[in-house]
Amino acid sequence: METDQLIRTLAADNAHRARPVGSVLALSLLLAAPVSIAIFVAELGVRPDVMTAMRNPFFDLKFAVTLALAISAIAISLHLSRPEASLRGWAWLLLIPIGLLVAGIGGEMMMPQRAPMMTRLIGRNAWNCLTSIPLMALPLLVAALLGLRHGAPTRPAVAGAIAGLLSAGLAATLYASHCTDDSPLFVATWYTIAAALVAAIGALAGPRMLRF
Amino acid sequence: MREREDEWTGLMRSAISGDDAAYHRLLRAVTPVLRAAARRGLTRAGQPADQSEDIVQDILLAVHLKRHTWDASAPFAPWLFAIARNKLIDALRRRGRRVFVNIDDFAETLPGEPAAETVPAGEVEAQLQSLPARQRDVLQSIAVDSASIQDTAKKFAMSEGAVRVALHRGLASLTARLRGK
Repeated sequence: METDQLIRTLAADNAHRARPVGSVLALSLLLAAPVSIAIFVAELGVRPDVMTAMRNPFFDLKFAVTLALAISAIAISLHLSRPEASLRGWAWLLLIPIGLLVAGIGGEMMMPQRAPMMTRLIGRNAWNCLTSIPLMALPLLVAALLGLRHGAPTRPAVAGAIAGLLSAGLAATLYASHCTDDSPLFVATWYTIAAALVAAIGALAGPRMLRF
Repeated sequence: MREREDEWTGLMRSAISGDDAAYHRLLRAVTPVLRAAARRGLTRAGQPADQSEDIVQDILLAVHLKRHTWDASAPFAPWLFAIARNKLIDALRRRGRRVFVNIDDFAETLPGEPAAETVPAGEVEAQLQSLPARQRDVLQSIAVDSASIQDTAKKFAMSEGAVRVALHRGLASLTARLRGK
């Protein structure tokens, strides 16, 4: 086919309108959410003392951190789905969950504590946190990558890593309602390692799945 | 050069608001620039420059299928060059070369650059033959026989809507097959 013929054919298809990347991403995450929720219900479940826990600001802080991570990562993902986009000017969004964590750690330091720092940091659910968050994140990560394929990311490893943070943020939001370790030190350590793990998987999968 | 790029942005805005002729003009206007950049990339990778036409067609298909990621309030050229650069690197990699492609390669192309001898593109044509019959017939009717959507609908006793669907699906699966190679 000659290039002029191809151009004429493309022009004939001008009326076709694709959905915005945001709505495709939202749809695929909504389709994957039941899978992660099913894993949560089957394996973890909400902690039994949730009503009391909700009165603890450090329990609530976990959700602020994980949701801030998920929302920032969604915004960056959508930005990176444009071919000319880079992280510049957008990476600072990830400082929001980090800042919340730092503030939480500072707040906890100023309060009298029954347990020493290292005990709070290591907690009782470290291994569970490291395995459950990635496990629940994986279906969401696959969905996010499939949704972002609709865009045109030209930095697929970075876009994949951010998709990993997005899915880890959502999975960690579920996990936070199960875990009885509420210390910001615990969250800053184990949630971060879990999220980094999922981001690494996303960075490896990105170049394969996000080519267009 | 600035004027040229403003013109592209204007044409793309009209295209998105439904002006097929503006879209046609835009694609024709950017093609020589894409061709020159593809030739330069090939030369720099030590490949024969006359293989550029497959890359040009690959870029044009990507531009078409990803144009919803262009923000109509932004200039068109940086978006176009980012797509083109990505596709060029991909094509060179497939040919076993890793090269750094500078975005200025696209921006610097002069409009008056003489058209050089080029081997006709073969990849799109080859993939076309592997498409489902309906998509292939519709694409061929519009591309090769220059038939309109209406004429194509009449020829195959299809509705115009069905022709449009087959046309778009055909272009999308062509691109998927090119990527899978």
